[in-house]
Amino acid sequence: MAGKVIVITSGKGGVGKTTTTANLGTGLAALGRKVALLDADIGLRNLDVVMGLENRIVYDIVDVAEGNCRLRQALIKDKRYEHLFLLPAAQTRDKNAVTPEQMKNICDELRKEFDYILIDSPAGIEQGFKNAIAGADSAIIVTTPEVSAVRDADRIIGLLEAAELRDPKLILNRLRPDMVKKGDMMDIDDVIEILAISLIGVVPEDENIIIFTNRGEPVVLDQNSPAGQAYRNIVRRLEGEEVPLMSFQGSSSFLSLFKRLVGIGGR
Amino acid sequence: MNGVNLMDLLSQIFGKDPEMKSKDTAKERLRLVLVHDRTSISPQLLETLREELIAGISKYLEIDEGGLEVNLDRNERAVALVASIPIRKMKRPFDVAVER
Repeated sequence: MAGKVIVITSGKGGVGKTTTTANLGTGLAALGRKVALLDADIGLRNLDVVMGLENRIVYDIVDVAEGNCRLRQALIKDKRYEHLFLLPAAQTRDKNAVTPEQMKNICDELRKEFDYILIDSPAGIEQGFKNAIAGADSAIIVTTPEVSAVRDADRIIGLLEAAELRDPKLILNRLRPDMVKKGDMMDIDDVIEILAISLIGVVPEDENIIIFTNRGEPVVLDQNSPAGQAYRNIVRRLEGEEVPLMSFQGSSSFLSLFKRLVGIGGR
Repeated sequence: MNGVNLMDLLSQIFGKDPEMKSKDTAKERLRLVLVHDRTSISPQLLETLREELIAGISKYLEIDEGGLEVNLDRNERAVALVASIPIRKMKRPFDVAVER
């Protein structure tokens, strides 16, 4: 059976595309799936450092496109999983070094061998974005609950529609339950109402992301951090399982956790 | 001035609606900006459309220009042009013919 090619995109930069790609890919690999991660952000590659694989790069995606090496030679095997691979972006080239045609061919070749191919899209709506979506059969849109990110997500939804990539799924990233409670941050329902697409997961703001990324380790493998749990839930949903959204009540406040531990107060 | 809460007074001075949470402001602003983003109709274009609508409809009907509302409205991912046009009176066919 042919693998699924999913592009992870957002429009706005800095909302967590690369972190999402690394964690979903690693999470899928942890479940035994064969996964290829493809960094489409040519000139500003980062998926390699987030995965902790930056020292192993020999060839990159442009080398594959130009025929300097075979696809297999450019794939870097992950440290943690045998069946998880990274195809890195070129760092010293620009977005035009690869064509949508070439991207499509690379995706189709990877499809034969892998269960999932996750493409980390660059920010923006120009050539790099067009390349990133060229070979994909579905899309995940990452946004944060801020006006700029939601506006750009809406634009991307329109462009995906125009490119006939139907039914994109939304990840609401960096949600802060404490701010939502005070009415100072848009909630899940607010963002869904505005964008009118279906949700595949919500990831709370979590400082563990920074700590794990500092070390080049995906937080999805950490059993104790809220973001890791959120990513594992999304992975299971990608696999077709029905997983309820995690509750953010209590996890945000030490006091309520304490109350729950000593048995006073409700849930 | 009894009964005026200090916080309300302060927020009046600083021009903030005490009931309006910042996320509601965000939603409202997004709603407006997205309607224009999605249709690529600018507020200026909408104003021109409004003026031409008035000119066109006024040939046949006497309308209350002050009460006229022309807006873009969104429902899910579709956008609609919604116009509310209060009519003062119908023009008689004779008048229409003359103005033509």
